[in-house]
Amino acid sequence: MNHNYQKDISGCGLTGLISRKRRRVSGSHIVKSLCLMTDRGNGLGAGYAAYGIYPEFKDFYAFHIMYDEPSVRRTVEDVLKASYHIEKIEEIPTSPVKTIPISPLLVRYFVEPLKEKLVGDVEESDFVVSTVMRVNSEIEGAYIFSSGKNMGAFKGVGNPSDIAEFFRIGEYEGYIWTAHTRFPTNTPGWWGGAHPFTLLDWSIVHNGEISSYGINKRYLEMYGYKLTLLTDTEVAAYLLVLLIRRHGLSIPVACSALASPFWKNIDRMDEGEREALTALRLTYGSALLNGPFSILFGHSRGLVGINDRIKLRPLVAAIKDDVTYMASEESAIRAICPSPEKVWAPRAGDPVIVDLED
Amino acid sequence: MFRSLAPPEYLATIDRVKCIRCKRCIQNCGWGVYSWGGDKVLIDTFKCVKCLRCYHYCPEEAIEIKDNPTRFKQNAYWGYNNIRNIKKQAETGGIPLTGMGSDLPYTILFDNLLIDACQVTNPSIDPLREPMELRTYLGKKPSSVKIEKGKDGKLKLAEPAPPQIKLEVPIIFSPMSYGSISLNAQKVLATAARECGIVMNTGEGGLHEDLVPYRKNIIVQVASGRFGVNPDYLNAGVAVEIKIGQGAKPGIGGHLPGEKIPLEVAKTRMIPVGTDALSPAPQHDIYSIEDLRQLIYAIKEATNYKPVSVKIAAVHNVAAIASGIVRAGADIVYLDGFRGGTGAAPSIIRDHLGIPIEHALAAVDDRLRQEGIRNEASIIAAGGIRSSADVAKAIALGADAVGIGTAALITMGCTTCGKCYTGNCSWGITTQRPELTARLDPEVYAERLINLIHAWTHELKEILGALGINSIESLRGNRERLRGVGLDSFTLDILGVKPAGR
Repeated sequence: MNHNYQKDISGCGLTGLISRKRRRVSGSHIVKSLCLMTDRGNGLGAGYAAYGIYPEFKDFYAFHIMYDEPSVRRTVEDVLKASYHIEKIEEIPTSPVKTIPISPLLVRYFVEPLKEKLVGDVEESDFVVSTVMRVNSEIEGAYIFSSGKNMGAFKGVGNPSDIAEFFRIGEYEGYIWTAHTRFPTNTPGWWGGAHPFTLLDWSIVHNGEISSYGINKRYLEMYGYKLTLLTDTEVAAYLLVLLIRRHGLSIPVACSALASPFWKNIDRMDEGEREALTALRLTYGSALLNGPFSILFGHSRGLVGINDRIKLRPLVAAIKDDVTYMASEESAIRAICPSPEKVWAPRAGDPVIVDLED
Repeated sequence: MFRSLAPPEYLATIDRVKCIRCKRCIQNCGWGVYSWGGDKVLIDTFKCVKCLRCYHYCPEEAIEIKDNPTRFKQNAYWGYNNIRNIKKQAETGGIPLTGMGSDLPYTILFDNLLIDACQVTNPSIDPLREPMELRTYLGKKPSSVKIEKGKDGKLKLAEPAPPQIKLEVPIIFSPMSYGSISLNAQKVLATAARECGIVMNTGEGGLHEDLVPYRKNIIVQVASGRFGVNPDYLNAGVAVEIKIGQGAKPGIGGHLPGEKIPLEVAKTRMIPVGTDALSPAPQHDIYSIEDLRQLIYAIKEATNYKPVSVKIAAVHNVAAIASGIVRAGADIVYLDGFRGGTGAAPSIIRDHLGIPIEHALAAVDDRLRQEGIRNEASIIAAGGIRSSADVAKAIALGADAVGIGTAALITMGCTTCGKCYTGNCSWGITTQRPELTARLDPEVYAERLINLIHAWTHELKEILGALGINSIESLRGNRERLRGVGLDSFTLDILGVKPAGR
């Protein structure tokens, strides 16, 4: 029954910022930006992702795990202990919030795979991905919602300000931040379903509905990805991971595969470029993300914002000093950066790619 | 002569008051229904097939072709055709032949599938305002590409991509040989294919020299009779197709009677005039999958590695067979469902062997994905594609493109009378009689076929727009956008489609 899935439909607001000089910025900024866009969420999910928040553990994978049942914790920890050196275990610090009476048990682990477990030419990152896939698809009631180095995702069911207060977002400092508020039209009411969605150091926040979801999912399944989350955001995240990490495409080329130029534009290019983009489109036709979306995806070296091919969802970008801002609305940027040097609306399908300086 | 006890199917009638005795009906009927009786037109209604040529060409609207109201006694078990075929077999001892695809009332899955549309949460797209892309490439796709930045800062391919057939619309014309159809009918297909940026397929009848100018829009076929095959022929088109089977007659060969082999057909097929052209049931150098692999690579060597398509009939084990074909090196798998048309087939075979294209397509697409080789070959689905909705549904089930044969012939006048095997087609399509083929003007009828492809193109764009997607590849294999109505859970599972309401 490989077709038995239900797609989650939601509208959303998103915002993000990156300091190219790796200045670590307090989470309170991004919270202020996100909380401005009240119409874009309905209190059924919000989340934050931040890079550079665990400098003292930067060489370890930071697993953020939510347990629906405290009893599963043991099972998961046995799995982890068998394959990983665990540097530190702690409950993720939270504050009590009135509107969030119930929450899953939230624990973070700083880990590294045991050398002897990496047999053959298995890469460390592939090993970590397989652990995440296994726990998330096989262990009922446990969900690894963040697994990158020196970064972390914090998310749950609630409105943006309550989730921020709950996770004490203002206490973290990072050089890349992304954030998301949801307006789901049908919701499983599950904390794991909120954004950002992450795998390794890749994080995605997404506004939109991917109308090509069915084929994107089947395409990913051909490469062994198990889609467990019931959201199309997961599809976007895995596609980026597949194209960039496994197939070795550069970020701009991967963006051209996911939001490919129209044939009429490809036909006008010089021969070499036309051949390259034609081959790209026909190879990755099933990976084309079709339908309205704006996406911010963060990774250990930068932040990328991208729109669908005909810009059916909003995305605005701005620059001030070494910081680039991207958000669903200009007002969300101006809330934390009142006088940017440059503000623009990226063209349909044209990615905004910002890399951290070394 | 003993009068047949199988009653005539149709009653050709002439309103004697309206008839002006112009004899156009006599002239137009390829079946010899009408003859001149000195003062009026005589009718031998036993010969009538209801192709309606006479009806359309009667200037006085005096002709009416009725279904014969005289039937055998009604019987829920012994159907009209059961009794009729037994009577005919009792008279002849032969195998009743037929043309076209099966017309029996098996469930039509296409008619139990409905397509999704956007409301509120995602916008539908207006194809009159926004670009809407139907372009499709057939052939092996790499699983990944290496693209590097050239010295000029522009992207370029690090390794050459495999050869592809470019289609502006995901539709091709199904193989129909010169011999089974007339040269004029093939010219209609070739002209329309070139105009629409798609391809036609020669079928197993060689390539007539008049079609050589259309070579960029032609796939040449190699089948069990190897008619007309030589190195020039193999290199004449954009790809080569190895025909293993046909949906209308899986597992059996072909027989083009000597009456349909005049000089031009004989030259093209490279056989003597008037000899029967027999295509054996199997290809006698392919008794197994490894033999197929050898032929695929022999053809690739002979053509400097053009794409090779393998056409098979949809049979029970089609998924495993298709997987073997892909692993044997085919670039395209052409699946022909049991509703697929034919120029001539025993009706018992046509109506009782094979499986529908919808099941076969879903099973093959699933299997190739499970095995991680879906990118290795394109899938063409054929066998009963009647409308752009069927095209969209087939693509959503997993096809890269569809093949249409009957629909193309209908634009030339065909009414699916099913008597293609007689060589008497009054529309000049499935005949070689010069007085009949002359009436099929390639230019006039090409226009009609081009109109059809344009109309379906517009309809497909409207469907994509309603789905909120602007490129055909986002529909391909996207079964999430289909729902089944009135289908049992097994069928839904095979199709990979949810029931409406879920």
